[in-house]
Amino acid sequence: MKTDIILAGVGGQGILSIATIIGQAALEEGLYIKQAEVHGMSQRGGDVQSNLRISDTEIASDLIPQGGADIIIAMEPMEALRYKEFLAKDGWIITSSNPFINISNYPQEESIINELKQVSNLILIDTDAVGKENNLSRSVNMILLGAASKALKSISFEKLCESVKTIFGRKGEDIVAMNIKALELGRNCK
Amino acid sequence: MKKLLLGDEAIAQGALDAGLSGVYAYPGTPSTEITEYIQGYCKSTGEKIHNHWCTNEKTAMEAALGMSFAGKRALVCMKHVGLNVAADPFINSSITGVNGGIVVLVADDPSMHSSQDEQDSRFYGKFALLPVLEPSTQQEAYAMMGYAYDLSEELKLPVLMRTVTRLAHSRAVVELGTVRPQNKLNPVNGTKDWVLLPAIARRRYASLIEKQDIIMDKAVNSPFNKYTQCQDKFKMGVIACGNTYNYLQECYPDGIDFPVLKLSQYPIPANTVRQIAQQCSTILVIEDGQPFVEEQIKGILPIECNVTGRLSGALPRTGELNPDIVKAALRMEQLPHLEKAETVVNRPPALCQGCGHRSVYEAINIVVKEFPDAKVFGDIGCYTLGALPPYKALDSTVDMGASITMAKGAADAGLFPAIAIIGDSTFTHSGMTGLLDAVNANSPITVIISDNLTTGMTGGQDSQGTGKFEAICQGIGVNPEHLKVVVPLPQNMEEITNILRTEIAYKGLSVIIPRRECIQTLKRKAKAKK
Repeated sequence: MKTDIILAGVGGQGILSIATIIGQAALEEGLYIKQAEVHGMSQRGGDVQSNLRISDTEIASDLIPQGGADIIIAMEPMEALRYKEFLAKDGWIITSSNPFINISNYPQEESIINELKQVSNLILIDTDAVGKENNLSRSVNMILLGAASKALKSISFEKLCESVKTIFGRKGEDIVAMNIKALELGRNCK
Repeated sequence: MKKLLLGDEAIAQGALDAGLSGVYAYPGTPSTEITEYIQGYCKSTGEKIHNHWCTNEKTAMEAALGMSFAGKRALVCMKHVGLNVAADPFINSSITGVNGGIVVLVADDPSMHSSQDEQDSRFYGKFALLPVLEPSTQQEAYAMMGYAYDLSEELKLPVLMRTVTRLAHSRAVVELGTVRPQNKLNPVNGTKDWVLLPAIARRRYASLIEKQDIIMDKAVNSPFNKYTQCQDKFKMGVIACGNTYNYLQECYPDGIDFPVLKLSQYPIPANTVRQIAQQCSTILVIEDGQPFVEEQIKGILPIECNVTGRLSGALPRTGELNPDIVKAALRMEQLPHLEKAETVVNRPPALCQGCGHRSVYEAINIVVKEFPDAKVFGDIGCYTLGALPPYKALDSTVDMGASITMAKGAADAGLFPAIAIIGDSTFTHSGMTGLLDAVNANSPITVIISDNLTTGMTGGQDSQGTGKFEAICQGIGVNPEHLKVVVPLPQNMEEITNILRTEIAYKGLSVIIPRRECIQTLKRKAKAKK
């Protein structure tokens, strides 16, 4: 079984941390991984994406073809839409509904949400609100990952939590607990 | 042992395991992480391997040559345009040859994700008459390093290894091999081979030419070149270079049933190419970068064989390849997919909020309004983003250091005022020599060295001139009365604009150094302290 994931957001929003958590979990599961990242100029407030491919058989390309992504996980709604043509027929978009407006010609929020809603498998989360309500504003990317975990069929939720422990372990127990709470909250978002 | 590694990290690990004694590099996307990985390794293990950043790619290449002269294995890393800077020692290193092995690792950037051109470094390898390696996977990148050092020491020549952004910045699980110890000190002795006076260079060049048959043999029998033969005659065969072999495989998940040559070591193995041509009436050449192979094999093959690729139009002439582009060239159907989104606009990168370069551009824009004829010559780094809105402050950006020299040339032509803006790391990389030209001519230009105490764009590596800029400028001969330092903060705007105004109006050379630490490195330090 293969899972092809596109992670999208704006430079600095923490999509590479999401990729690292999933990647670590996949490694623990003994799966094949390929993960193409963006470094350099576009990290300065521009759009960033990562192609993350996980499979129990060997993976050829580092890049996902159009129509091939099982999941798009996005920290920002317009960035989710940017990769629409890469979504598989029965693929999922899991995105934060909170726009990141650092350009003057940012489209009407309503038209972005409307176009997103044309995708049949959509999970739209007000991650900022969930983060604020639960005092987890610094872990919104983990809330999103939690929400995406249901669509992440090749990796169990327990493995994701273990992976959070491994990756955040050296930052202390509090940080680990906070991120696991964020994961759980996200998973229980409808 | 297995590790999840970026292509760059796999290369670094491969070099470490091959007995590396020194890495020499200047930061440049997408090559930076190789040196950073080795730095991290040395920090955590305490192992003695030279790993400090160099001032530019030329000094890096030359230092590596020195380490090789002394008998040890050296790695030189750079992005593709860096090889232009290092071209002089690189080309001549094929004439001196090596003692300890040298691998010159060049990371190309097809699609210019973070570059000003998409030049293909394989041409440099051919130009210098050296073997070239091009890995297709992270695992191969790892394995190739040990192979490359052995090959380098066997042939007594440097080996060029070319990678591309897609491989450099993609992670996969890599199985590590055995570790070889470093070479012992064993300097070149009793020969004048390295003294490239014409009489010696002629002899050395002849010996390089003599080695070409062996180098070709190595490519024909390379463990990294794979020719999948087929019994019958075929309409089409494929030559897939390096990384693009993955895209071809992606198109045929159940296996490929036509002749394929996976090419990962050059020179192009002419005999293998002739073989595949005998089986196919058309050959599609899939290569990232420029049509390096396609162009050459048109000269190898009989006219009856139709060679297609980026040159023929079967693949796009520019930009990075991907599975969809390769699929189209193979005339295969794409997966069903949705249309591109309608409500999406571009989100170009921008200078960070609170970055000192912002205040510098604000000041420039205020003052330049008062000088309608003023032109601003930019340079390479984060501050190149000053060309984009909201500042739109730059009239040119060409290569490392060109701000100062272009401003001088324009001033020579009578343009006034000519303003140059260059970062601290770019200034020491290639700006100092240009400043000397400007000093000697007392050019009426204003040079702004926007000093954020780091190499920002590539992620905050040490900048070689930190703490030395006033001394460097004075040493080069800048008049101390026209050498000004300011702190680029919004509250200092009046002071900065006043100084800028006075120095731009001055009909001689001025240097202004706005200095404030990069907020990214500042944040990182604060985080580390916690």
